[in-house]
Amino acid sequence: MTVKPKPLLSQRLSLRQQDARAAWLLLAPSLLVILGITLWPVISTFLLSFFNAPTGLNQTRTFVGLGNYLAMLRDQLFWETIGRTMYFTVVSVGLELILGLAIAQLIHSRPWGWQFLRISLIIPWAVPTIVNGAMWRWIYSADFGALNGLLMQLGLIKHYVPWLTLPNMAMNLVIVADIWHTMPFVALVLQAALATLPEDLDEAAAVDGANAWQRFWQIRIPLLRPAILVALIVRTVDAFRVFDIVYIITSGGPAYKTLTITYLTYLNSFAFGKQGIGAALSFLISAFTIVMALIYIRFLYRPEETQ
Amino acid sequence: MRTLYKISMLMMALLFIIGTVGCAPKAASGPVTIHVLTMDQAGLKPAEIDQIARDFEAQNPDIKVNMEYLGYDFIHDKITTGMAANPPAYDAVMIDVIWPDEFIKAGYLLDVTDRVTPEMKSGMFPASWNGVTRNGKIYGMPWLMDVKYFMYNKDMLQQAGITDPPKTWEELVEQAKTIKEKDIVEYPIIWSWNQKEGVVCDYAVLLYGNGGSFLDASGKPAFNNDKGVAALAWMKQTLDDGLSNPSSVSSDENAVRDNFMAGQSAFAVNWLFQYSDSNDASKSQIVGQAAFSPMPIFQAGMDAGVKGSSVDGSSSFAVMATTPYADQTWKFLTYLASNEVQTKYSKEMLPVWQTDFEGEALKKLESATETNPVTVPAFLAQFPFANERPTVPYYNEASAALQLAIQEALTGVKSPKDALDEAAAKWVELAGK
Repeated sequence: MTVKPKPLLSQRLSLRQQDARAAWLLLAPSLLVILGITLWPVISTFLLSFFNAPTGLNQTRTFVGLGNYLAMLRDQLFWETIGRTMYFTVVSVGLELILGLAIAQLIHSRPWGWQFLRISLIIPWAVPTIVNGAMWRWIYSADFGALNGLLMQLGLIKHYVPWLTLPNMAMNLVIVADIWHTMPFVALVLQAALATLPEDLDEAAAVDGANAWQRFWQIRIPLLRPAILVALIVRTVDAFRVFDIVYIITSGGPAYKTLTITYLTYLNSFAFGKQGIGAALSFLISAFTIVMALIYIRFLYRPEETQ
Repeated sequence: MRTLYKISMLMMALLFIIGTVGCAPKAASGPVTIHVLTMDQAGLKPAEIDQIARDFEAQNPDIKVNMEYLGYDFIHDKITTGMAANPPAYDAVMIDVIWPDEFIKAGYLLDVTDRVTPEMKSGMFPASWNGVTRNGKIYGMPWLMDVKYFMYNKDMLQQAGITDPPKTWEELVEQAKTIKEKDIVEYPIIWSWNQKEGVVCDYAVLLYGNGGSFLDASGKPAFNNDKGVAALAWMKQTLDDGLSNPSSVSSDENAVRDNFMAGQSAFAVNWLFQYSDSNDASKSQIVGQAAFSPMPIFQAGMDAGVKGSSVDGSSSFAVMATTPYADQTWKFLTYLASNEVQTKYSKEMLPVWQTDFEGEALKKLESATETNPVTVPAFLAQFPFANERPTVPYYNEASAALQLAIQEALTGVKSPKDALDEAAAKWVELAGK
């Protein structure tokens, strides 16, 4: 009696599975490098957040469990900073969405010079954040700023105003600088989405008597929901983690009125030498951003609309 | 065939990885390059320090010096991040007078006690060595001795009919009111009150000038007593009265200099560099108009026996503990601090050598540059009254709390008393940890 030889492993796998295996083998070295650069620091920082870890060489690290997290959650400055950061996020992202949608709609309607408008949107987006921050700090300068100069010439102010020293104005001015810089991203994402929308729905609604406003709210906006979701999630996560523009324009002042949560993390980690607290704060920031993303997805994501 | 293709692709990928990993950097041959971080603010300008580095390299062909310049407010954090690398990002860094305790505790600074020669020890000002000496060990090479000076615009005072600069802060207020009423400038006084270390320096000048202090004899915070509160309340009042420029609340020392040399203020408190910049025709609109006067003090301080007040803003260079080039680095720092270099560049920065301020050497120093006849006497008059900020390892965080308190009072968010009490509570908390 002959025994059938067992098929080789390569013959037992389908062709597709063989290709996948080869692909994984070839990707493995790169993946190892990437995981080493990204995953290991995340794990290491997470472990650090459970220790009292003063900055320095050969410093003793003491295990404190959830102590760093609890210390922050009990700290009034932490909650005030979260409040400020939420304000920055909501106002900045909200206005970017409204302005971005308006500009996207404008481009979509193909007015004269629309190509120039679309190209010129890239300019603020292309300016490095540090340069943007330095530029707006000069615009707001109390002694030499363009804003003061303009308002003075328009007769709207009699004296130069020290804008960045006003505790109730400073954050709004940083928000303006941020909107100028990042609104083009929202506009371009929404404009690209608008360009893919079917025109026949709009035309049919117009024939049925819907006015422009009704067509916009009841047809365009629902169809734009996936693109709005993408823009909102990306911009919200970015806005919540804002650091460099605050660092350059106000350094968190006056009197911490523009201190955001990432800036507080930076201060704890590098200025105050409390790396454990800084690590805990960075994970608290991640928790907040994940919760916000989940809220967006819960209210905005409709799987059936993407199919 | 297919299998052979996949195996050969996998071999190529592995070879690439091994080749990349295997390409370890060769051991350096030729000149050693040392990296030095310093500030671009008070003291010498980057172009001048670059020239010193080039002169050093000409004399030491086996050492290359790579200088890096940052605004003062960014250096501390750059040092802490630079020291996370091994070898460290910098072989030597400039350290402010308020950082040695923190950096020594962190293990960043090399003990250079055995490298300091007796000539250096006796030739340089004892105060400059005090700044870098802890428990009998020396951790740096003195570089810049600086205090805050009171400068005024002679022409503006003359226009206002004022013959002498103020001796007290109360007189300053009266003179500033006169200048404002006569429309000479809108805001006669400019300060560096932004939420950085500069505001603590200005506050220190006023606090000690009122007979107050940061800490009492037992080491507890004393700046929230009536003297400290009065000094802060005075600061706020000058803003409310339109005498201090409101932009002071967001200004650093560079902004104060810019404002002063643009002719937008009559009085400014700043480090020495403001004087030479004010007389630089390429930048200043008030060439020849700036003058020094001893820092005013409060009448209450005068009544309590205070003779003068300023704040020590000296800095040193330190060799980093983990540098592989300690000898080369120390050689460069010795050159930087040498009498020859310090005297040559004394226009921007007076020498740390006390021997330069004695006898014939003093005469030579006074005539070394066009500004020295004025700056040398000003230094000798003001430096004896330089007060120190607390030398504690947690100073950076303590200072941040005080900066916040001062800003809260200046912006009207809290009363001076409440703000300073909260800062004092924070200092007690930090001292207890």
